[in-house]
Amino acid sequence: MEKREFHIIAETGIHARPATLLVQSASKYNSDINLEYKGKSVNLKSIMGVMSLGVGQGSDVTITAEGADEAEAISGVEETMKKEGLAE
Amino acid sequence: MVEKLTGIAASDGIAIAKAYMLVEPDLSFTKESVEDSESEVARLQEAISNAKDELESIRANAVKTLGEEAAQVFDAHAMVLSDPELIQTIESNIKDNKVNAESALQEATDMFIGIFEAMEDNPYMQERAADIRDVRKRVISHLLGVKLPNPSTIDEEVVIIAHDLTPSDTAQLNRDYVKGFVTDIGGRTSHSAIMARSLEIPAIVGSKNITSSVKNDEMVIVDGLEGDVLIQPDENDVQKYEQKAKTFADQRAEWDKLKNEETVTADGKHVELAANIGTPKDLDGVNNNGAEAVGLYRTEFLYMDSNEFPTEEDQFQAYKAVLEGMGDRPVVVRTMDIGGDKELPYLDLPKEMNPFLGYRAIRICLAEPDMFRTQLRALLRASAYGTLRIMFPMIATLKEFREAKAMLMEEKEKLVNEGVEVSEDLQIGIMIEIPAAAVLADKFAKEVDFFSIGTNDLIQYTMAADRMNQQVSYLYQPYNPSILRLVKNVIDAAHHEGKWAGMCGEMAGDQTAVPLLLGLGLDEFSMSASSILKTRSLMKRLSTKDMAELADKAINECDTADEVVALVEEYTK
Repeated sequence: MEKREFHIIAETGIHARPATLLVQSASKYNSDINLEYKGKSVNLKSIMGVMSLGVGQGSDVTITAEGADEAEAISGVEETMKKEGLAE
Repeated sequence: MVEKLTGIAASDGIAIAKAYMLVEPDLSFTKESVEDSESEVARLQEAISNAKDELESIRANAVKTLGEEAAQVFDAHAMVLSDPELIQTIESNIKDNKVNAESALQEATDMFIGIFEAMEDNPYMQERAADIRDVRKRVISHLLGVKLPNPSTIDEEVVIIAHDLTPSDTAQLNRDYVKGFVTDIGGRTSHSAIMARSLEIPAIVGSKNITSSVKNDEMVIVDGLEGDVLIQPDENDVQKYEQKAKTFADQRAEWDKLKNEETVTADGKHVELAANIGTPKDLDGVNNNGAEAVGLYRTEFLYMDSNEFPTEEDQFQAYKAVLEGMGDRPVVVRTMDIGGDKELPYLDLPKEMNPFLGYRAIRICLAEPDMFRTQLRALLRASAYGTLRIMFPMIATLKEFREAKAMLMEEKEKLVNEGVEVSEDLQIGIMIEIPAAAVLADKFAKEVDFFSIGTNDLIQYTMAADRMNQQVSYLYQPYNPSILRLVKNVIDAAHHEGKWAGMCGEMAGDQTAVPLLLGLGLDEFSMSASSILKTRSLMKRLSTKDMAELADKAINECDTADEVVALVEEYTK
């Protein structure tokens, strides 16, 4: 299992367009990818799951990927996080 | 027998085409217990899969007919339909609670809608709740086996039949195929009516029960000149209306010859005929109809067509496009007029008992200076690209005008200090739509550069009659001597200070009102672009001297609106 932590810097947290792109990016991989925040975990391939967490600016989140392409998945998600200015 | 309905003629022209019912079918269902969860889950999956196919074809059509941007809303819907958490929640509802797919779907979506709608500080999420509702409707329609209307897939000539048309409905309509509108409710100033005039297609609003009188694919004739709708017309009627359509087209062709002419009266006085627009796209209509100016650019569409406040740059681009598109011709831009019947999903306005008397337009702008200053900066930057006139809406007091103008001047100074080019001959005016401002016009005239009379609101406020309420629609009386006296007061006040007075309400293009307004000395008439040539043709037949006599009699001798109308007829025979 791959696991990575992110500190959210985007002013609006994880929602709006960046959230959509994050979900689209996660959906490209076969691995199970989850987003954990404040003890709750949701499927990163679910826009409604992700947005219902209400992750705001300054939050710390953990993303895990498990499956055959877990390494590619986690770096793909990380790339989107940075490109969209969600996390450092 | 041919059925005939009569409503309010909202946009000129004749259309003969099949009816397209833009009406939501009955999607009600009951909660039932289902023992065989597996086949119920299969039923759900089939409905979802069909809904996905349907969305895909709608999207493909929307791209072709409306463009990529308008089609993107369907991507958001497709994403909801593929959402693993949502589908899992529905499926476990079916299995754990032993209920039918419809109620399992309802329960799961209600939960997500509840979460999103609770995020009150986050308008984007509140809009996602609307997406979920749309998707739910689509899946339920497949579960129930009923068909939802998909206006974006229309590929033949139709007349749209609806209870009412919202801006998002009209955004999905292909302008090439839609030949007319007929709605149950609405008046000449409702969105559907304004839209029809900007599309230059015939429309009848307020027909009361068109949606229950006609079925999909039945032939209808829409007579936007008289306000009549004929359902399943016979051969004779079709021939008669084809002839009428031809006569109207000939008349239009005749008017078209006036496109590049100036507007002058029979005795040689020049008046300015301007167009009302909502977006830079409307410039085509402005140019095709030979408008001499834009007398009202309604900037609120920039705000309404967006998911968040439009940035200074986005606004600048839109204003610049309009100013450049008009060349030397002046453009009156009205600052944001949200509130009343116009809402913004991302601006949390309180629900009000009387929204038209509440927190709207300049009242919001003065309370939200950051938002207002962004618009002012965008306007000032654009001013270098044409002849800009800035107009503040809903001004009731001089204090409001002075505050708004002070903000504008501060932003202007800042921009100049930043080295940005700003026009030096910028006119600043107000819309006269509140009776208090009309009465005190002599004081306002000393400080503004111009007035533009917004008659739709001025009439509703003067008569104390909600223009959206059909039961009091008889009080919408533009020809009432009381309204004419207010208009006269405003025009006279402007002229006394050497300023100009225009009008940008529906009344400015009304063929009965135009002779009166000319007689009162109105300088600028701003109307739907499609009314300009007709009005130019009328102006050529009117003499200012006779019309001044008409206006004087209407104001001093007539007691009622009906008497005024009779008098106008006598003078323009």
